[in-house]
Amino acid sequence: MTKMDKPSVFSRRALLKAGGALVVSVGVPLGLDAVLDHQAALAQSAKPPLMPDQLSSYIAVMADGRVAAYFGKMDMGHGIGVAIGQIVAEELDVAFSKVTVHMADTATSVNQGGASGSTGIQDGGKQMRMAAAEARRVLVEMAAAKLGTPADDLTVHDGVVMVKSNADKSTSYAQLIGGQYFNVQLDWNKKFGNPLYAPGKAKPKDYKDHKVVGQRIKREDVAPKVFAQEDFVTDVKVPGMLHARMIRPAVAGAVPTKVDESSIKDIPGARVVWQEGFLAVLAPREWDAIQAMGKLKVEWSNAAPPFPTQASLYDHIRKASVRKREVGKENGNVDDAFKTAARVIEAEYEWPFQSHACMGPACALVEIKDGLATCWSGTQKSHFVQQGIASILQMPVEKVHVKWINGPGSYGRNDADDCAMDAAVLAKAVNAPVRLQYMRDQGTGWDPKGPASIHRARAAIDAAGNMVAYEFTSKGFSRVDVNTNGSAPFDTLAGQTRGVALQSGDGFGVPAESYAFANKRLAWETIPPLLDRSSPLRSSHLRDPVGPQIHFASESFMDEVAAALNLDPIEFRLRHVKDPRDIALIKAAAQKANWETRASPRRGQTGSKVQGRGIAYSQRNGTRVAVVAEVEVDRASGKIWARRFTVAHDCGQIINPDGLEKCIEGNIVQGVSRTLWEEVKFDNKNVTSVDWQTYPILDITETPEKVDFVLINHPELPPTGAGEPSIRPVAAAIANAIFDATGVRIRRVPFSPEHVKAALA
Amino acid sequence: MPRDRRGIAAREDPPTMTQKFKLNVNGRDHTVDADPDMPLLYALRDDLGLNNPHFGCGLAQCGACTVHVDGQPVRACITPLSAVGAGKVVTLAGLGTPDKPHPLQTAYVDEQVPQCGYCINGWIMTAAAFLRDKKKPTDAEIRQALEGLKCRCGTHMGILRAVKRAAEQMAG
Repeated sequence: MTKMDKPSVFSRRALLKAGGALVVSVGVPLGLDAVLDHQAALAQSAKPPLMPDQLSSYIAVMADGRVAAYFGKMDMGHGIGVAIGQIVAEELDVAFSKVTVHMADTATSVNQGGASGSTGIQDGGKQMRMAAAEARRVLVEMAAAKLGTPADDLTVHDGVVMVKSNADKSTSYAQLIGGQYFNVQLDWNKKFGNPLYAPGKAKPKDYKDHKVVGQRIKREDVAPKVFAQEDFVTDVKVPGMLHARMIRPAVAGAVPTKVDESSIKDIPGARVVWQEGFLAVLAPREWDAIQAMGKLKVEWSNAAPPFPTQASLYDHIRKASVRKREVGKENGNVDDAFKTAARVIEAEYEWPFQSHACMGPACALVEIKDGLATCWSGTQKSHFVQQGIASILQMPVEKVHVKWINGPGSYGRNDADDCAMDAAVLAKAVNAPVRLQYMRDQGTGWDPKGPASIHRARAAIDAAGNMVAYEFTSKGFSRVDVNTNGSAPFDTLAGQTRGVALQSGDGFGVPAESYAFANKRLAWETIPPLLDRSSPLRSSHLRDPVGPQIHFASESFMDEVAAALNLDPIEFRLRHVKDPRDIALIKAAAQKANWETRASPRRGQTGSKVQGRGIAYSQRNGTRVAVVAEVEVDRASGKIWARRFTVAHDCGQIINPDGLEKCIEGNIVQGVSRTLWEEVKFDNKNVTSVDWQTYPILDITETPEKVDFVLINHPELPPTGAGEPSIRPVAAAIANAIFDATGVRIRRVPFSPEHVKAALA
Repeated sequence: MPRDRRGIAAREDPPTMTQKFKLNVNGRDHTVDADPDMPLLYALRDDLGLNNPHFGCGLAQCGACTVHVDGQPVRACITPLSAVGAGKVVTLAGLGTPDKPHPLQTAYVDEQVPQCGYCINGWIMTAAAFLRDKKKPTDAEIRQALEGLKCRCGTHMGILRAVKRAAEQMAG
């Protein structure tokens, strides 16, 4: 009899009746690794159900006293795994080295939302903190009963519970529960994903008692990567697996009308899967699958070219009908204020489609065996991919197991979820395990794109030179034309190419800041997608979804107003910013950067190379960042070197300053790349940015020479996110610095040499 | 041979019959039976099970597949098996181990460089050949030596710190 079909005689009810075993589940004791075994995890006789209201869904103590933390999010390279380990170790009072964080496996963790919205610590860590605190409370209660001492008289050192006045009288977590699961109910808010919250009765520690939280602890995944000992999703192999490659149309929207399978008959084992618009080749050898992809003769439907020309993109957005308008923030009477203004300052900004362009195109492996589908994926959202595969294969969700494994980058809704779904369709079609990796042109050309947009801003100035009204409106493609995850077939290429109609959602955003004006209106408008399904320009989340574009515009505009009023850009901001933490932040950035108070542009520079400095600031879900950029502009070539940054960063309590600094640095460099270089090119038929030459990113020769930090720690406040906030103000800081250097305002990203040279001419 | 934008050789004739190739990888001899046009990358990954070099672009534009052949960094994704000959291939795993790390690997760990880590072969293998031949490089020379390699997570600052740290260590 397997674990799976063992009758659940040890149901929770039975345990509750049993009295003494209130907080400890019974059943198979945990071996050191058994806890990760899928079958064991599903075997409810050994463990309470894998539900958010169970302490066992987050924390377990192994027989040897080591602690397993089960986290429903994952580390995409920012060190979240370390931070979660620190939080768990802190609350449990065990050594950090004793905690192993198991991430985002659908068989061992509940859906905490995956990597999403910089919530790894903000939401995920909050839940893990509460779970670990509850585990400690329960364990101390158990120790109190065992030692015959009131719980208040006990203390814990590295998993050993001892009487405060007599250290010889002790027991340990391992002795109390090692090898068995908790059977403790939590107070779950009945939500899944980022908002999931399920505290117990315990209160977490006062920050003044923190010893592990706040330390610079290094990541454990770095050395295995550096010594090539770690499997990426691309490295997983299973016996009998076929390699697959997708075939996408040259004209977006076209579907295959004739597929000549004889054209690949000479390639050993090569075969075709064709289902409506879904077309793939497979072969036992990877190189053969790639050859088959190139050789397969396909006739395509005569689809009308679906896209405007690249040059008319922003005109298209301007003229497009508004599908949804939302006013995110409004006070005063903006329209009246503009009617009576002494002076109106207006500007419009433009941001292109951008690609996730991960280092490798997405890869996934799906095996369907004994009624169970297993998917290895580098997705940001394994629990949502689990739902998507269940839906597209018409299987119960509990029969789908998604194992998250490190992939080639992430940064939002990249191509990973589409790849997992495509692989699932193929594995079912050929009745064999399928490893699918996209090709470079598909990774860049066919990933969901960060939306293109325009942004209009205007300011009303009264006769005394005060800004009395502010209106800001974004208009662009939706951030959720396809959703942020692949949980529904209509949000994936596998669904859309096989006839499921797109269900395009509407979402954008407004500037996040604390500027107070007597009259203020921040709004957004979304327009319909260019193609109603399977579009290489479908839009979704790209790191800090719509944040860089909105704040490029809003923070450039604040600079424009400051310059028009002949005011120092920081002085102008500080006149209007109201949040005390924002004020402290901006002042800290200015001080660290040795900011010289004066209006922009800088006067009296001669020669081809000129220097400038600019500031921008923004908030994001509680975190706030101010960035000072110092740039060098070569007026002859149009080339920008964003050479130096000063970043003031306030995300509440800092869990690990080392991880935070690395995370910010990555944000800054990727932000520079997206500002200076990145633009998805297309013609009227398809995306033409298909590799690193047609989608250039920042080169190491252009990397900043220095990034300085001011990490503002508020240990008394809950931690907020850091994965994205600091990419948000980068574009505006650079634009403002270019203006300072040259006196020319650039209102369209990217600031490539070609564009800058044209703007300076 | 002309290649399309996916790096696929443009040819209409049937695939060449496979041939046996001897490969010396990380000091060990192997035999691979494959299409002579098949890039070295697939032999290393699929036939020899060496996961270190990654497929990034198949176009020699990013470096994720970089290995050494006779000490020189090459892009395994476009190097046909037939061109390797008797060349000695070294991958990232062959460069050093946790017990006997290459100074660059030590520096990478000390500086906590990678985020996703998928690009790592390009930077370390290219820098290893550079630092072997160039003692005490300037910052500008380090940047120049690494030109063209790609990192999407934006770990460039850490890469430069690590290469500089390794250079200082190797210079004694």
